[in-house]
Amino acid sequence: MFKVAEVPSQAGQTKDLTRIVEAAVEKHGAHADAFIPILLEINRDYGYIPAEAIRLARKLLHQPEEHVLVSEGQLYGLASFYHMLHTEKTGRHVVQFCESAPCHVQGGRELWKAIRQTLRLEAGETDPEGRFTLKTVSCLGVCGVGPVMLVDDDLYANVTPEQLTEIFGKYE
Amino acid sequence: MKFSRSMVLVSNDPDSVRLGAQEVYRRFGEKLLELGLSEEVTLAQITDIGRHDALPLVIVYPEATAYGPVTVKDVDRIVEEHLYKGRIAEELLAPVKELSGRIGWLKARKGASPMEKKIVTRRVGRIDPENIEDYIAEDGYQALAKALHMERAEIHALLEKSGLQGRGGAGFPTGMKWRFVASTKSPKKYVVCNADESEPGTFKDRIILEGDPHSILEAMAIAAYCVGADEGYIYVRGEYQLAQRRLERAIVQAREWGLLGKNILDTNFCFDVHVHSGAGAYVCGEETALLESIEGKRGEPRARPPYPTTHGLWGKPTLINNVETLANVPPIVLNGAEWYRSFGTPSSPGTKCYTILGNVNFRGLIEVPMGITLREIINIYGQGMKNGAPFKMAQTGGSSGSIIPASLQDTPMDFESFRRAGVSLGSGALLICDESNCVLDLAITLMKFFQFESCGKCTPCRVGTERALRMLTAISRGEGKLEDLDTLAAIAQEMEYASNCGLGQTAGVPIRDTLKYFRAEIEAHIRLGVCPAGVCEMTPAVERV
Repeated sequence: MFKVAEVPSQAGQTKDLTRIVEAAVEKHGAHADAFIPILLEINRDYGYIPAEAIRLARKLLHQPEEHVLVSEGQLYGLASFYHMLHTEKTGRHVVQFCESAPCHVQGGRELWKAIRQTLRLEAGETDPEGRFTLKTVSCLGVCGVGPVMLVDDDLYANVTPEQLTEIFGKYE
Repeated sequence: MKFSRSMVLVSNDPDSVRLGAQEVYRRFGEKLLELGLSEEVTLAQITDIGRHDALPLVIVYPEATAYGPVTVKDVDRIVEEHLYKGRIAEELLAPVKELSGRIGWLKARKGASPMEKKIVTRRVGRIDPENIEDYIAEDGYQALAKALHMERAEIHALLEKSGLQGRGGAGFPTGMKWRFVASTKSPKKYVVCNADESEPGTFKDRIILEGDPHSILEAMAIAAYCVGADEGYIYVRGEYQLAQRRLERAIVQAREWGLLGKNILDTNFCFDVHVHSGAGAYVCGEETALLESIEGKRGEPRARPPYPTTHGLWGKPTLINNVETLANVPPIVLNGAEWYRSFGTPSSPGTKCYTILGNVNFRGLIEVPMGITLREIINIYGQGMKNGAPFKMAQTGGSSGSIIPASLQDTPMDFESFRRAGVSLGSGALLICDESNCVLDLAITLMKFFQFESCGKCTPCRVGTERALRMLTAISRGEGKLEDLDTLAAIAQEMEYASNCGLGQTAGVPIRDTLKYFRAEIEAHIRLGVCPAGVCEMTPAVERV
């Protein structure tokens, strides 16, 4: 069950979050075709979409007199459906590994094993220090230079297992 | 418009950037300033033009000289020799690709890869995608001007005559689709460009959007005029940030020039376009899921019929075309159906973009006439298999494509011939595998993808992909039974017949093809407990139940 009221919010964070949600709605407008862009914007600025954000966004978006009808459940449905939207807090850095066939054939098989060993994480896990979250991602569309890996917004191409320690070392 | 004597283009796709393209670009700026050439020489960044062997690539026009790979050190030499003294710096030229084979008659343009026939990517890498003037100088928006003086019926008749088929994978006749939408009676209609390119291994649409965004706007305007729409959406997948930025910029410029908006080119035709970002869902490439997503819902495909041509976005008639399909439209309007039919095969005219990947020497994007064979693609464009290893199989069209065994290497690659051979051309990705790859391992990777991306709306796909994946994985560990193969075949068929949308309907294809062409290899995993390619990690016999 999805409940919003029980989520504790830290004072400073909530303030920022309110501003982020308001700015996103302001930018894209309160229309049905703006729901996903708004959630993307919140996700980008806040790192993930907490229940609080959904509650705030729904309040701003639901305007029956304008024929824009939306429930919190619908927004949560979007946030949980699309892979680029996160409903849970992630580590400071998100490592996304492309596990599609082209990368797999071009050395991704060995690389994936090495990534899991280096980070000591399985797909979907975050380390206890909250430094890295490891995720798999479907094709990133840069298969010409596979295997590829995304750390936050930095794309690493033609990655070999030997480069991993150096790459991850750049992220604190 | 400012005129300059030369133009320097520096590639800035992700791979080039990784190899230092930004530094090269910066150094060019400094060096040109130092020699007082900044006024005479234009410097611009371009996207990937499919020369992954020589990145970062620098092209100097008007000579169309390609230098690559260029390092910061080389910049001074290129500027001094080529731009200051007017001599080509021979030692820094990008390696030339060899000309040979059946299709060698195609004229090679300087700067282009030999033997390619470029229609939809002809401007990519040659113009500054962020400048509408560049596009207009290369015949841009001429087709729109021409179309606006044609009868609406004339336009879809022209497309039907040209034989253009949808390039998203299904190969549906484009002209017919346009006619369907044009014939609906609704005051409000939409044109949607499907740029949710998520098929693994496919990035042709990204290259077109990043390198030539105006061509899509122009094609959408022509489409809107033809079918009677006044609003358009471009649904770009969320990961394609650069493409989104460039499209948004292009839309602003087109509005400023009166090529989008009200009364386009002084006619009473009005049309405007929005860019809509996806948020990471493969299933949104399916057209009805895409429409759901624009409407702010989960990307779950609708039941069809009714088809989007009559009940599409917000319930209105909607024309949905793939990026590559649309990019073909302006050249056809401008040059005619006969011209278009002079490329490709009679049943599949025109060109097709392919992305060559896997165990070949050259990986990247090519645009070639329909009907060339896989062998030609591997040996000429792919420059042969890596390390001379024997070719084992190819996987076409991302995950919903087919697995093609070596025996089908010489089948002409067009919609008709492939359909007859029982395989699919798909979206244009060609994943070439040599003998070091295990077909079961490949099938598992593909099935994992479907299982991950299944939207979960209909049961055959949601449960079928999960069951198939578990069964394939067990076989790869040597824990399978021969009966499993029958069960797998049944699951594949059930998914094909009973699934709601294209995702589930094609999810069984890897299983079907694997069992059809590589059954012996799969059985070896079960009967002998070994992986012939030595890829799968077998559970030791003593531990097996």
